[in-house]
Amino acid sequence: MNPGLEIQMVAVIVAAACALPGIFLVLRRMALLSDAISHSVLLGIVLGYMVTRDLASPWLVAAATAAGVATAALTELLRRTRLVHNDAAIGLVFPALFSVAVILISRSVGNVHLDTDAVLMGEMAFAPFNRLSIAGFDAGPVAVWVMGGILLINAAVMALLYKELKITSFDPALAAALGLSPTLVQGVLMTLVSVTAVGAFDAVGSILVVAFMIVPAATALLLAERLRAMIAWSLGIAVASAVAGYHVAVALDANIAGAIAMTLGAVFAVALVLSPRHGVVSVAVRRWRQRRLFMLQMLTIHLLHHETGDEAGRECAEQTLDQHLGWSPEQVRVAVRRALRDGLVRREGPLLVLTDAGRARAGEVLEGLTV
Amino acid sequence: MNLIALVGNLATNDTLQVVALGSVGLGLAGGVLGTFAVLRRQSLLGDAVSHAALPGIVLAFMLTGTKAPLVLVVGAAAAGWLATLAVLAITRHTRIKDDTALGVVLSVFFGFGLVLLTYLQRQPSAAKAGLDRFLFGQAAAMLRGDVVVIIAMGGAAIAVLVAFWKEFKLLAFDPDYAACLGYPVRILDVLLQSLIVAAIVIGLQAVGVVLMSALLVAPAAAARQWTDRLGVMAALAGLFGAGAGMLGAVISSTTEHLPAGPSIVLCASTIVVVSLLAAPNRGIIWQVLRHWRHQRRLGLEALLCDLLELATHHHDPEHGHSLSALAAMSGGRAGLKRRLRELHAKGLVRPVGAGRWTLTAAGRIEAARVAASHHPARHEDGCPT
Repeated sequence: MNPGLEIQMVAVIVAAACALPGIFLVLRRMALLSDAISHSVLLGIVLGYMVTRDLASPWLVAAATAAGVATAALTELLRRTRLVHNDAAIGLVFPALFSVAVILISRSVGNVHLDTDAVLMGEMAFAPFNRLSIAGFDAGPVAVWVMGGILLINAAVMALLYKELKITSFDPALAAALGLSPTLVQGVLMTLVSVTAVGAFDAVGSILVVAFMIVPAATALLLAERLRAMIAWSLGIAVASAVAGYHVAVALDANIAGAIAMTLGAVFAVALVLSPRHGVVSVAVRRWRQRRLFMLQMLTIHLLHHETGDEAGRECAEQTLDQHLGWSPEQVRVAVRRALRDGLVRREGPLLVLTDAGRARAGEVLEGLTV
Repeated sequence: MNLIALVGNLATNDTLQVVALGSVGLGLAGGVLGTFAVLRRQSLLGDAVSHAALPGIVLAFMLTGTKAPLVLVVGAAAAGWLATLAVLAITRHTRIKDDTALGVVLSVFFGFGLVLLTYLQRQPSAAKAGLDRFLFGQAAAMLRGDVVVIIAMGGAAIAVLVAFWKEFKLLAFDPDYAACLGYPVRILDVLLQSLIVAAIVIGLQAVGVVLMSALLVAPAAAARQWTDRLGVMAALAGLFGAGAGMLGAVISSTTEHLPAGPSIVLCASTIVVVSLLAAPNRGIIWQVLRHWRHQRRLGLEALLCDLLELATHHHDPEHGHSLSALAAMSGGRAGLKRRLRELHAKGLVRPVGAGRWTLTAAGRIEAARVAASHHPARHEDGCPT
């Protein structure tokens, strides 16, 4: 297989593996824990290296995962003291752990391949050089196997704990009442996030792990109403952006993970503006329609209140409606034009008078209000 | 390493003076402005802004071709400011919550910056070296020019904060009330965020991204434990930040291979841990002590009530009750003899023969008072079980 295809394969697998746990992080309002975990993973790697003195040792992965889980646990512990809020707890824990890691690197690890640049940025383009060979047979890039394994683990755990994850995410109190342990489910999720961050770390770098985890889920949240649909959208967006981002990176000769994050951001921006239900455009249109409908209803109700009695001549004159309703003259003009077109009112000299349809409409609205 | 040597070093070492002064300025600005970020539950805004600043830095360099601190700071500030506006817009107009919005903006901006940076690095002509210094920070390489920028911008941000103190205070605690009073809440919101962005970007090159976001959170979170007043909290946070900056810079300068940024952050973290443990009233040590004292008092009161209950069910009020009866009534709670000794020392109970106890006259009055205060409606029929 040529290197380009292999890199795309790694990108797609990393993106899908990250997107899965990201969905629940977003739903649980813990998105930034991914940021914290992906930073403090560095401490685990440094400590693991100091013990084993071998950058390829599997113990490094274990130590890094433990550091990620420890970050989540420390944050939770700090939050439970109720001395600081959740956000501050995250913001206190990971910089401290990260600082310890940076100090350890500069003091004792020396000049091995553990510089902070490589950690924060990652370089997917190197993935094809690190190959797995079984009995002399080339089995492809190591990253494909590692991240493929993590993807499978993520998918399997989520399939097994789907119900538990769903209930604890949407209604933790109900989950506890049903005898599910939110803490345990949380622990499992944090372990998945940590394992995924550790695996993705090499290819993507610690900060872009956040993009790979959070952005597909955030985009899906704008497009889907049900959890299953959200998962499908997340995976689709992740995979498509991985492939598209790779080509952007090749065209610009730039960092691949960065380009994928950029593509994810572009997809998010499009969804933000154009999503049929939650997009900025459709929300604005919906609000505009509601405002117009409300003004029409207010106009008919106002006319209904004042159509009998002495004050009708004063209250229902088109010229003075702006003062009675507290609207601008322009708003009155628009509403009146609309009401005339819909056949809710008609003009009688200077006055506006309700038609039967208008009276019926006002009655309906008032009835709806009093119920 | 002793304190006098440290101070001596500070007095004589010119580079250290520059670094220490810059770090103190950063800590001060970060602490004071961080107070508002922490109170408004936007602690991680610093994290987001400091990552999001990367594309601004690279673009500023690409457009101007210089690496002057002021140019890069302006670029960083512009990108950071855009990022906060994006977060505000996303949370205001969609159902996406603030943590997710921060994560999206942070990582996408950073990815964009990384693309720009690597694109630039692969251009043959560009002398781009040192741009990444901005990200990871090199406090020891701080120059006089950097310190001037830090002090000028940090001072200006604090000055604006003080000028709009009343408005920001209202915004932090009750934005709805502020809106009712007719304050332009959105403009104030953006202004406050801009000040926080300013505090962050001036610190980027000194301590780096991760560590700058810590300087925003840690001093303020520590200060929160010591006081319930905003003014005191801001002043304390500034003091803690400045102290951590000074201490971290000095310690790092006297130790081989100890980078200043992380050293400053760990000093700030130590202040947080001490504050969480020891701050009066809120601190964990105080909480534990208070809990322990309550438990002890409740144990004594329960024993008094038990004795009163036994006395009312016995025809002889002077009758001594056995330890086993008392142990059964208290549900086998440990320390029965110790509690009896304590009550005896207070003159509320007295021994009647071997291992038998009864209330004294003072004890009966005290027990009735305790029972009444716990169950005001039932005090006439003695103690609850």
